[in-house]
Parts: sequence; C-alpha cells; structure tokens
Amino acid sequence: MTAATDNGFVVFDRVQKSYDGETLVVKDLNLSIGKGEFLTMLGPSGSGKTTCLMMLAGFETATHGEILLDGKPINNIPPHKRGIGMVFQNYALFPHMTVAENLAFPLEVRKFGKSEREEKVQRALEMVQMGAFGGRRPAQLSGGQQQRIALARALVFEPDLVLMDEPLGALDKQLREHMQFEITRLAHNLGITTVYVTHDQTEALTMSDRVAVFNDGRIQQLDAPDVLYEQPVNSFVAQFIGENNTLMGTVKEIENGVALVELDDGEVIDAKPVNVRKPGDRTLVSIRPERVEINKDRLSPNAHLIHAEVLEFIYMGDIYRTRLRVAGNEDFVIKTRNAPDQRRMKPGEHIEIGWLPEDCRALDAPA
Amino acid sequence: MTEATRTGQMLAADGTPLKRSLQRALRAQKLRALMLIAPLLLFIMVTFVAPIADMLFRSVENQIVSDTLPRSAQAIRDWDHNSGEPPSEDVLAAFTIDMIAAVERKQHTRLGTRLNYEQNGLSSLFRKTGRGVGDIGETYRDQFAALDPAWTDPGTWIALFADPSWQADHDAWEAARTAARSAGRSFAEPVPPFRLKDGMAGVLPETADAYLDFARAVQGGRNGDPAARAPWPPVYLALYRDLTAVGVGRIATLDEAAQALLDPAHYAVRGFERADLAALYAGIDRAWSQPDVWATIQTFSARYTPGYFLTAVDLKQTPDGITSQPADQKIYIMLFERTLVMSLTIMGACVLLGYPIAFLLANLPMRSSNLLLILVLLPFWTSLLVRTSAWKVLLQQQGVINDILVWIGIVDNAGRLILINNQTGTIIAMTHILLPFMILPLYSVMKTIPPSYVRAAKSLGATNWTAFWRVYFPQSVPGIGAGCILVFILAIGYYITPELVGGTSGTFISNRIAYHISSSLNWGLAAALGTILLGVVLALYWTYDRLVGIDKVNLG
Repeated sequence: MTAATDNGFVVFDRVQKSYDGETLVVKDLNLSIGKGEFLTMLGPSGSGKTTCLMMLAGFETATHGEILLDGKPINNIPPHKRGIGMVFQNYALFPHMTVAENLAFPLEVRKFGKSEREEKVQRALEMVQMGAFGGRRPAQLSGGQQQRIALARALVFEPDLVLMDEPLGALDKQLREHMQFEITRLAHNLGITTVYVTHDQTEALTMSDRVAVFNDGRIQQLDAPDVLYEQPVNSFVAQFIGENNTLMGTVKEIENGVALVELDDGEVIDAKPVNVRKPGDRTLVSIRPERVEINKDRLSPNAHLIHAEVLEFIYMGDIYRTRLRVAGNEDFVIKTRNAPDQRRMKPGEHIEIGWLPEDCRALDAPA
Repeated sequence: MTEATRTGQMLAADGTPLKRSLQRALRAQKLRALMLIAPLLLFIMVTFVAPIADMLFRSVENQIVSDTLPRSAQAIRDWDHNSGEPPSEDVLAAFTIDMIAAVERKQHTRLGTRLNYEQNGLSSLFRKTGRGVGDIGETYRDQFAALDPAWTDPGTWIALFADPSWQADHDAWEAARTAARSAGRSFAEPVPPFRLKDGMAGVLPETADAYLDFARAVQGGRNGDPAARAPWPPVYLALYRDLTAVGVGRIATLDEAAQALLDPAHYAVRGFERADLAALYAGIDRAWSQPDVWATIQTFSARYTPGYFLTAVDLKQTPDGITSQPADQKIYIMLFERTLVMSLTIMGACVLLGYPIAFLLANLPMRSSNLLLILVLLPFWTSLLVRTSAWKVLLQQQGVINDILVWIGIVDNAGRLILINNQTGTIIAMTHILLPFMILPLYSVMKTIPPSYVRAAKSLGATNWTAFWRVYFPQSVPGIGAGCILVFILAIGYYITPELVGGTSGTFISNRIAYHISSSLNWGLAAALGTILLGVVLALYWTYDRLVGIDKVNLG
C-alpha cells in the first residue's frame, strides 16, 4: 500500500518551520501520504516529527511551504474545521466528563441528534471493547483503558485522517505491544489514513506501511519497514533502527557492485556500497548482528573472513547473544538462533566470522 | 507474620493485636510530629484560639451585674415589674448595701456603663447615686449614736463582729506597726484579712453580711484598717432591720458584752424614727421611683444574657420578652446586609477582572508571564494605607479620574462623579486590593490545565469558544471557587479600606465592631457582632461545601 507520490491524500510541499526566526526546526519537508496508508514519523526527540504533526493538525503554522489535505491547501483552515482525529500523548481525555460524554463531544459540536449520538458513541465503545465503561470518569480507568477511549474519541466522528502523537508512550511493554496490534487492526479495518509519531523504532516497524525517519529537521529515509531495516541509506538510519554493528574503514575498490573495504586495523572485508562513491572514501560499515555468519559452510568460498575473539556469551532463550572483539571494536555483537546444531561459544575462544556482501553496507562516515 | 484468629482479629508475630501493634509503632512518629508543630500550636492557641474563645464568651457574658449587685440581683428576682411600683423596702436595703460596697470599690461607674447599653441615662444615674448612697442610713446611725455613743466607735463593731483570733492577729499587727514607726522604719505589712465571728450571721444576718463586705472593701481598696473606721451609714440601716426582725432569744445566745450592747438597742429600735428608703432614693434621682430602671436591673441580673446578640440583630430584651428596636436605632441588620452585598459585588468584580489576567498569565511564555506576575504582586509590596490613600487622590471629585473625564468631555464640570466616600469608592478600592487573592489561586489552577485539552477539543471540532467554555472553563472552576472563598472571606471582615474611603454609606459591619471595641467600649456587643460575622462566614463556607465541594477548591 504505497502512496502515489504526486497526488497523495496528505501532501507536505517544501514545508519549513521556524519558531524563533533563526533556526529551522523543519527543513524543506516533502512528503506524500496515500489514502488509507499507515505512516509513521520516527525520530529522536527534537528531530521535528512532532512539529510536522502539529502543523498537519493546525496547531502550528508552517513558516514556508504548503500542506495539502485531499488536494486542498489547509494552511489557513483552523484546526476545528480540518476534521482530523487526533490522539494525544497523555490522551487528553476531559476529566470533568464521563467516557460517554467525552466521546459524544465531537458529535455534539457537529450538531448530531441525541439518538444518533448515543448510537455512534456506543458503537465506538464496542469497537475498542469498552462498551460497559460509558458512565465512568477517565480518572477511574487504567492507562490502557484511557488509551482505548482516546482512540475511540478520535475515531467516533469518522475522520478520514487520524494523527497519533506517541500514544503508547505511557503504557507498560506488554500493554504497548497489545495496543500496537489493536491500533493497526482498527486503522486497516476502517481504512483510515493514519499518521503516527513515535520515537520507538519497534513500534514504527511493526505498525506501519511506511516509516519516515526524521533527524535534524529532515526525512532521512522514507520506506517500508523491511527496506528501512535491511537497506538503510545512511549511517544515521542504520544506527537508529535496530541493533547494528559498525566498523570504520576506507574503501579500496568498488567492482561489480561490491566494495572492498580496508578496516582501520588492516583487515579487508566485502561490503555493498550504498553511499560511498570512489576508492579512498572513509566509510562506516554496518552489519546486523543476526546476519553475521559463524559457519563457513554457508558462505561463498571466496568470501573474506575476519578474525574475532569471544568476549562474552549471553543466553537469552530463543537466541544466543555473543559479544566479540572484531577489528579492535569490542562491542561487536552477533545473534545466533538457539538451535540443536548451534554451538555455545566460550569467552576467550578465537573464531572466524563472515557475511554476505549484500548484508554488509558501506555507508557514509559520520563527521 | 500475621494470622487471623477465630475472632477475625489480625495478630502480629508476638501475639498482640495487629492494630495495637501498629498504633504503638506509629505513636513515636506522631509524638515527634507533634513536637515539631508544638511551638506553632502553642502560638496559635495563645494568640488566635484563646482570643476567639474569649470573644465568643464575652458576647454572652454578663457577670458584672450579679457580681457588683449580688444581694439586689437575688432580692429583685421576685419583684413584679408590671406592678407599676418600685421594688419593696427589702430590695432597696439590699441595693443600698450593694451600692455602697461598689462605690467603695469604685465599680458602680462600670456597672452604670454596662447598663447604659440597655437603657440610656443609667450611666449618669449610677454615678449620681454613688455620690448619694452613703447618706442612706444616716438617720439610723444618728439614732444609734444617741442611744449609745459606743455605736460610732469602730472598736465596738470589731468587738461585736470580728473573730477573736483575727482580733489577736490584728493586735499583733498593730504592735508591729507601732514598733516599726517608733524605730523610724517604714511599715508595709497588710492588715490581716478580716474574719467574721462565728454565730453572728445567725443572729444579725444582714448586718454581719454588710459589715463583712465593709471590712473587705476597706481592706481591698487602699489597704485600710477596718478597725480604724466606723462602718458606712448603710450598715446601720442593716442593723436596724436586723434588730427589728430578730427575737430576744437569739441575742441571748451571744456573749455578755454583746448582749449588754444589743439588748438596749433591740428594745429601743421600736421607737426609732423610720427612714423611707423609697423616698430617699427618689430624692437622689426621680428615676428610682419609676419601675423601668429597676426592670432593667432585674432583666440583666442573670449571669449570661442574650442581650448583646439581640442588639446585634436589631432586637431588644425587655422584661416582657423580646421586642424589636425602635426604627431609628435599627442599623445592624442593614449593615450586615450591606456587608454581604458589597462583599459579593467585590468578589464578582474580582472574578471578572482576575480571570482574563490569570488566563493570560498561565498561557504566556515564562519570561513575560513572570513579569506580569510581578505586576500582579506589586500591590502586595506596597502598604495597604498607601494604596488606599492613593485611591483617595485618584477618586476624589477634584481628583485625577474626574479631571480626565472632564478634560475628555465625558462628564460636565458641574457633574463630576462622586467616586469616593460612598459604596462606589469602597468597591473600587477593595476590588483592587483583593484582586491578587483571586488571580493567584486562579493562576495556579490554570497552570495545571495542560494545553492539550483545548487542542484535543479543537481537533474534535470545537470552535475556540466551545473549547474554552466546555473544556477549559470547567477545569478552572476549582480556582474560581478558591479565589471566591478567599476574596469573600477577606472582604466580609475588611476594615481599613471601608473606613478610609467608605464615608458613611460604604462602611462595613467591621467598622461598627471597631467602633464598639475602641470608642464606645461596648465589647459585649462587638463580640456578638463578631460572632455573628464568624457564623455567617462558616455558614457560607458550609453551603459552598455542600454545593460545590470543598475538595474542589485548589489553592495551588
């Protein structure tokens, strides 16, 4: 479900935002979100993702550029006329109203009749499995229940677009995982376009159709979760998403789509050139821990092997996590599946490791 | 480790009930907490609770009448005030003894002042009577003296009434004094406290009682010596009354010297010329022949009186029950109403002016809101008197505001607005002074309302006004409640500002209380007014609690 880039449902067109007139919080944002798409804005705090969301909701105005909703510019439309549902970080359930009154609020201001209101409220409550809680006050609900109500309230007036600002941040891990599933299920069932802001990469990967990784006011990469994880386009994305081993080196030659990289301690490895151009470039090589191979039989005969010393072995149930010293880097981690044929390594042991050239990506070296 | 016994009581590990075990564990903590607050508690008890309790007590306390006129208060109880006649000879005799004792102790003027609150003119009547009461009984003294000159000798009375052991003490004291004087030393030993001879109260009850009072009054005031003074003439009146009433057999129970003195007197009093007490009192002042003065004394002779409270609500206690005050003296209900209405007006004005400011303060960025907060607090750092006086300058008819209005042309020079020394002045000045007390609780409550609520409301489709009115305002109500309670309670007891800018029409009940405390010295009435004010505030507080709930009040 990828978006049509030119005529998306939500379009950010060269949007910039500055609060103080000196620094840009959002720098030249171009983004197109398709109808029915679940898009996540992921990034560290201060990366500009929440500002983008607030501009879309109408609580902030873009300093430059245009935001289009369903083809119409919305820069000058006040928030209450945009018809965008929103779930806030702390839920923002009105404490002086009951759950049912909270849900009826958007319908009331839209002048729905009483019976229609009650029917829609009840349906929305059923939708989040909170049918019996209409008479309670928000303070009488648990965090997870409040979260459901906030979701129901954002959906009860059937908006085409729902914005969620780190909605699961206050929940514990188990509840968060459960709610991730519920939110995606609801969004897909109802066919609503969703823009979801989070700094939690697992959340972003598991929920979204596409993820926009923000850093320093720019989108670093906009791709489906699997692409993002397996083919990060720069070192920031590679390091921000998932666990990652990095080695510093210099490109020796690039041939047939494979780069030969000489690491700083002299060893040579194969890598896929992503944004290195010519021999002599400094590069940061990135390999996922689960893609490191310790069994030579699975690698091609001419693959470069590299020497490693086992520093630590951690048993984690489904996987083994082994910390190695590789090319002077003592934080090189590999993950191996807990399988009958898999050996448990001991600290002090010396082994040889290797990988497929396409799993090892030669990226730009951060300044 | 705990376990449930058969009774369901939880036991601690050592078998004591868990509750007691817990109490013991907490006792040390509580004791320590108590010690920490002990100095403050003591301070508050002494400077706050005790004065309030004293004030509440003063509003019903009326012991001055029964303390100063103990015999009369007792004797007048059965007098019928509707008879149209002054009380009987017995009451007048008792009153005479009471009065002369009060004069000796200089208490009759205080009593007069007290009774003057209830009936005008009693203060001067008591002062006048104090000067004349010493002469009542002179007739009898002269007749006793004619019978036996010994009756004017103080020693005769001492021998008759003083306890022999006191006489011995007195002799010793006198010897010591003589010795000291001849040696040229100063002598400040007090006279031994007078003791009545046993049995005298049974034979000559009124005289014994009167003489005892005489001796104590003489000793009490200037440390006089009862043995050096002949009794007051009224004591001879008591002696006359006793001797006409007592049987000869009772005198026979006394010692020989007493019999020798009393027997001839007992025989002679029947031939004495009688003094008409009613006529004597009418001679001092005509008011004593009217029943209403006596009725006032009778009505207020009880130790506790609702009189102050009745006065405070424009009622009056009369011998015939409770009646309303004459129309020209009804001021307190009107003052209470005015205080309430004006306090409510000031409170309303504070809400209207304070709410937008508090809203602005809570929503501005930190830097500007701090500056604004300083402006709000600025009045706190200025003396109340200075601020109030500044209002005088601004509001008077030739003042700044009127000048500007005339200059702009809004008002005519002849029709300058009267903004001070009336209710308008009080309301303007007090609203200004109490405004911070409204803004601060409002601000602290608004500060805690996250902006996401209003945003959520807007994202749900509410206009700015709906979002404010349906979502923001209800959450700021606790602040309004707190501010209103604070401002109202402060306003209802305000004193200085109404005094300075209120003129006559803009003063509060507290100004009247201050008047009674410091000018008219009618503390009882001031206490009653204060108690009612306290009651009104507590009642309003209770009502507020029932309607809104005091837990909804948030002072920040």
